[in-house]
Amino acid sequence: MSDTDKQLRVSKIENGTVIDHVRGGQALNVLAILGIDGSGGEQVAIGMNVPSGTLATKDIVKVEGRELSQDEVDVLSLIAPDATINIVRDYEVVEKHRVDRPESVTGVLSCPNRNCITNVDEPVETRFAVLRDGVRCEFCGTIVREDIASHIADD
Amino acid sequence: MRHDHLLTANQLTRGDIELVLDRAAEVDANPASFGKRHAGKLLGLCFFEPSTRTKMSFEAAMKRLGGDVVDMGSVDSSSVKKGESLADTVRVVEGYADALVLRHPLMGAAKMASEFVDVPLVNAGDGAGHHPTQTLLDLYTIRENAGLDDLSIGIMGDLKYGRTVHSLATALTNFDASQHFVSPESLELPRSVRYDLHEAGATVREHTDLETVLPQLDVLYVTRIQRERFPDENEYHRIAGEYQIDAETLEDAKDDLTVMHPLPRVDEIAPEIDDTDHARYFEQAHNGVPVRMALLDLLLEGDS
Ligand SMILES: [Zn+2]
Repeated sequence: MSDTDKQLRVSKIENGTVIDHVRGGQALNVLAILGIDGSGGEQVAIGMNVPSGTLATKDIVKVEGRELSQDEVDVLSLIAPDATINIVRDYEVVEKHRVDRPESVTGVLSCPNRNCITNVDEPVETRFAVLRDGVRCEFCGTIVREDIASHIADD
Repeated sequence: MRHDHLLTANQLTRGDIELVLDRAAEVDANPASFGKRHAGKLLGLCFFEPSTRTKMSFEAAMKRLGGDVVDMGSVDSSSVKKGESLADTVRVVEGYADALVLRHPLMGAAKMASEFVDVPLVNAGDGAGHHPTQTLLDLYTIRENAGLDDLSIGIMGDLKYGRTVHSLATALTNFDASQHFVSPESLELPRSVRYDLHEAGATVREHTDLETVLPQLDVLYVTRIQRERFPDENEYHRIAGEYQIDAETLEDAKDDLTVMHPLPRVDEIAPEIDDTDHARYFEQAHNGVPVRMALLDLLLEGDS
């Protein structure tokens, strides 16, 4: 199967961002971590468990009309370290990025520690330092290694 | 000090620690010369959970520096009951005081509060998180009795929830100390502390009983195993009983073993040890005042 065939599984977009090589099953988490839930009117197309050469199966997320910032791309590294980001203008890929691990992420994840100050009603955003193999709450020090996507704050 | 706030032991370098301990030694040697150092200054005490000793020791320290304290009072009578946020409370008290001391039941409270105030803020305990001034007085006591390098220290008891243990273990990574952790498996060090110790390249060993490691120790730091951690009273007594020491336990110890405890103790250390040369826990508690005087002196000095 050629690359063009695979692309067809999810329709082409005119302008926006294609996030490719997301680990199978993580597409919805990608949208969650980017805070995209459709309420902003974006057109979003998702391909899940698409056959892939490098990963056994992969997810693809296409967001029409929105170019991701570098900050947003970096945050993706937490759950989609192999992802590639294609910025599309006029149906052409004009930029290709790989994700980089940021030093910290703010306001994206919630702390699993019930006794953490970020889990009560205080005017503070969560902040996690990014470690080699996980993230760490900068307030209570709790380290999260497994299943980081399940800690994506739902607000 | 380079820092405006003292929030966790992780932020302390060897240089910071030595600066505070050296200043504390000066205070100890000549307390009178510090008696008017901070006349007219006010320290704000924000204690969101009861801690008579820590609070009294800060109060004593500030008054011995010539200053005074303003006290938020007990949580029962404060605006906290009315639902005011911690962020608001510290911003209000900041207006009354030149420095703040915060004790709070939630982890990370001091870190958060420090981001809302411009005066120095000292963490006096945040839940199971950190208690860095306890660590400074622990280190002072260790240095006086056993020295801080080429040190073999055993830390025993509740290592999971004991914030004094977390802070002390982290701070000791600045020194040439081998650390032996002695606890029941259910109360061993939490992941985040292990991570810090590992990152710092610390020499760490874990044990479930004291016997094997005791003979090589210079310092034995005992902490209380809290009854409320156990759903079953019998289980508590069985486990806690294994981590109590008495004169017989210490027969195999070095003659100059220093025994410490952050206090209050329940029955972890038999009273018969109090009269031996090993016992240093009351001295340790007394060191709280000169060490906190030194710390406040450094923080307020940077302020003026
Ligand atoms: Zn936290």
